[in-house]
Amino acid sequence: MSARDLFTFRNRHFSLGVGLTAAILVVTAIAGFIVLPFAQPWVQFANVWDAICSAAGVPQRAPSVDLTPDKRLSAVVLTSRTLPRPNQEAIGRGATLAQRCAICHGPTGISRADSPNLAGQYSAVIYKELHDFRSGARTNAVMTPFAVNLTDQEIADLSNYYAYLPRLPAYHPTPQLPKPNIVIYGAPMRGIAPCGSCHGSLDNKTGSPWLEGQSETYLKAQLQAFATSERRNDISQQMRNIARAMTPQEIDEAAAYYASQPPDVVKAVD
Amino acid sequence: MLANRKLILAHFWLAFAVFGVALTLGAWQMFIRSPIGTWLSNPELYYRSLTAHGTVMGYVFPTLVAMGFGYAISESALEQRLVGVRWAWAGFWLIVAGSVMAVIPVALGRASVLYTFYPPLIGSPFYYIGVVLVVVGSWIWVALMSINLRVWRKAHPGAPVPLAMFANVAGSYLWAWTAVGAALELLLQIIPVAVGLKATIDAGLARVFFSWTLHAIVYFWLMPTYIAYYTIVPRAIGGRVYSDTMARISFILFLVVAMPIGMHHTFADPQVGAGFKFIHSAFTALVALPTLLTVFTICASVEIAARLRGGRGMFGWIGALPWDNPMMLALAFSFVMLGFGGAGGLINMSYQLDTSIHNTQWITGHFHLIFGGAIVIMYFAIAYDLWPHLTGRELIDVRMIRIQLWLWFAGMIVTTFPWHWVGILGMPRRMAYFDFADSAIAPQALSVTFSAIGGFILLISGLLFLLILARGMRSPATEAGPYRFSLAVHQPVTVPLALNTHALWVTLMIALTVTNYGYPILTLALSQGTSVPAVYVGAQ
Ligand code: HEC
Ligand code: HEC
Ligand code: HEM
Ligand SMILES: [Cu+2]
Repeated sequence: MSARDLFTFRNRHFSLGVGLTAAILVVTAIAGFIVLPFAQPWVQFANVWDAICSAAGVPQRAPSVDLTPDKRLSAVVLTSRTLPRPNQEAIGRGATLAQRCAICHGPTGISRADSPNLAGQYSAVIYKELHDFRSGARTNAVMTPFAVNLTDQEIADLSNYYAYLPRLPAYHPTPQLPKPNIVIYGAPMRGIAPCGSCHGSLDNKTGSPWLEGQSETYLKAQLQAFATSERRNDISQQMRNIARAMTPQEIDEAAAYYASQPPDVVKAVD
Repeated sequence: MLANRKLILAHFWLAFAVFGVALTLGAWQMFIRSPIGTWLSNPELYYRSLTAHGTVMGYVFPTLVAMGFGYAISESALEQRLVGVRWAWAGFWLIVAGSVMAVIPVALGRASVLYTFYPPLIGSPFYYIGVVLVVVGSWIWVALMSINLRVWRKAHPGAPVPLAMFANVAGSYLWAWTAVGAALELLLQIIPVAVGLKATIDAGLARVFFSWTLHAIVYFWLMPTYIAYYTIVPRAIGGRVYSDTMARISFILFLVVAMPIGMHHTFADPQVGAGFKFIHSAFTALVALPTLLTVFTICASVEIAARLRGGRGMFGWIGALPWDNPMMLALAFSFVMLGFGGAGGLINMSYQLDTSIHNTQWITGHFHLIFGGAIVIMYFAIAYDLWPHLTGRELIDVRMIRIQLWLWFAGMIVTTFPWHWVGILGMPRRMAYFDFADSAIAPQALSVTFSAIGGFILLISGLLFLLILARGMRSPATEAGPYRFSLAVHQPVTVPLALNTHALWVTLMIALTVTNYGYPILTLALSQGTSVPAVYVGAQ
């Protein structure tokens, strides 16, 4: 018994095994790479090689497709390491910068108007939204002018500062409402996960803001803006896909519910 | 002739203990997403459980069974003391360490990535390193099986390798090679990201690597079952193996065609070319061959047993079979489940039909029927058959064993038939919650409820199984005699070189992996800009 007796075409089993395997491979390859591609009347191939490349999955860029989007999209890449760990100095610089923001977002980061509260918001969120306002991926006549001239460093400092502020109760507290179904369950058949699985009460997916205590008007306006694609800075349409599948009534319920909640149910940043 | 009983028992006990835990989690999952359970409000808990259940049932449990059984085969079929016992214990402890290391982050919610890993989702590095340790532990077993066979061959030049050992070693080689795909995915892609050396990952490439493992791993799970079909069942029911050659051909066919077909798990993936999907699909059709051969050979072997017991007529012999013998029951149940599961598999393997059931509950129904049903019921049978030889004590309560097997069979049918059905209706898999009040899904509530009830039956059966084994440790001592395997109608005197060695088939297995995976892996690995930022579980 030796390899020389086995790996030789004099060995019947070797020839049979190798021959059959090779034959099957060749036949299936011809079928898969040549016959079947041409059997698709809806695709045109210049020649056999073209068909083979297509079936092999050679990366190709179709020349006729214009990939530039008609509107600006978010270019921010968020990972859990996007922002360096905050230090006192960065927070101090952020506090100074934030004085310009206080008229609308409140001196403690809690807004008296319908601008969003920022105190204790996840730093990744502030960071992303400011970048998006600056690049034009998210626009708002009131907010945009304050973001366009910020530098990368300033954005990072502001993010760390607001994330550092304590989460105070909202300025216009309302009686706490019971959780509506759309918040508890989402709507699995419409592809909506429970809001809290991204927004912080169950789990936080990087880049999703916590919503508790925001103004009802603001929340509703954002959901409607996502639903109509007027706001489109959410990466991979995470939020647009959800808002579009929500009914107007669910939007009202969710906005009212979150506006009525104190911010202490939110998952802490670790 | 089982010298290292402790080693083998340790493998089996650990296997069945973790099985018991995972089974309980499985039953809980069934309950929680059915209309009879109330919603947890936190899907994360569900995914923790699912990760633990899948990891244990997919990696730890079957690997330990294959290893324990493999050591038993090596000692009894070769009639030779196991060489490398210390290494075997080292492998065992690696698996223990790996399992503990993996399960802690899962329990803490730091690695709810499911057993298929799902990059760019990235969990705690300890989870992946734990899984790698389990695989490394099992590779020690692969090496030992090969070495023991080699030692035996030296002492018996040219003699036919006993079928059980031939098949066992084939299974170990298949495992060694198929685990390489997931190992590459873990070592080259996922672990560097999990420990923070990199922040992006090519998820498409990772899926291709995983598919390298994902198909043949099911044949690795299947191996102990097929070995039991051929080498235990005929002996246990008083028959003979109809054809030793046919058995060998089945096992070498598994080696050759189980590997180059994994891309049938990526039919819906855009990063793989349609031509390769077709080749994999075509080779998948071939993998039915060894199973058909096996079903034929085993039916013929069973018929021999029946006729030896005086059975007559075209079908009359079926009545003459020893139906009160647990092995006979297990085999019959296993075949019925294999039949239904195989029919479902025909749908999964075809490019077009697959689209209608892809990622639906059909898939989970399917693999529970085949794996949890046809395969695991034979694991039970193997344990029952080996137990007296391992403990030196008889399993007295045969009635209880029969009840356990019946419950597993009935439970599996009640669980998986409705599970398939709701899948056809479009119910997605891996969802933590279903709102059965929604009119779109309300009609499925009844089926899902049945499925959950089946899950409880399975839980009872599984616990009963553990109870029987535990009681068997304390029953009166007997002399079980040497552990023997079935004889063939024509015991092989000489076996052609190709059917007595694995080299040719291992070579073909590797060659086909290169032809069917080489180009897709290379292009994906070399093309730029295909990586995406990792999403860390629970991270900020
Ligand atoms: C004149 C009022 C005003 C000023 C000053 C202002 N903002 Fe805003 N800001 C808004 C409004 C209004 C919105 C909501 C925009 C919308 O509806 O899309 C907003 C939104 C934001 C958001 C997004 C919050 C979220 O949850 O999506 C951030 C972050 C933010 N502002 C930060 C700042 C910072 C930092 C400054 C100071 C550099 C600043 N803003 C100054 C009015 C203002
Ligand atoms: C898959 C994760 C996910 C789920 C589930 C989800 N969201 Fe969001 N949501 C996001 C992300 C991410 C953003 C931020 C998008 C951006 O600007 O980049 C967002 C933004 C929002 C905003 C705008 C907040 C602001 O200050 O800019 C509102 C309001 C909102 N979501 C409401 C909801 C509600 C209500 C639900 C449940 C019905 C929900 N979301 C479910 C991911 C999610
Ligand atoms: C009481 C018996 C069992 C029940 C009730 C059960 C239940 C479940 C459930 C509900 C899932 C999740 C499906 C999904 O959401 O997609 C699951 C997944 C799984 N089960 Fe089981 N199971 C049982 C037994 C088994 C057995 C015996 C095995 C194998 C030996 C097994 C292997 C698996 C695997 C590999 C998964 C996949 C996990 C994943 O998709 O991540 N199960 N099981
Ligand atoms: Cu497969």
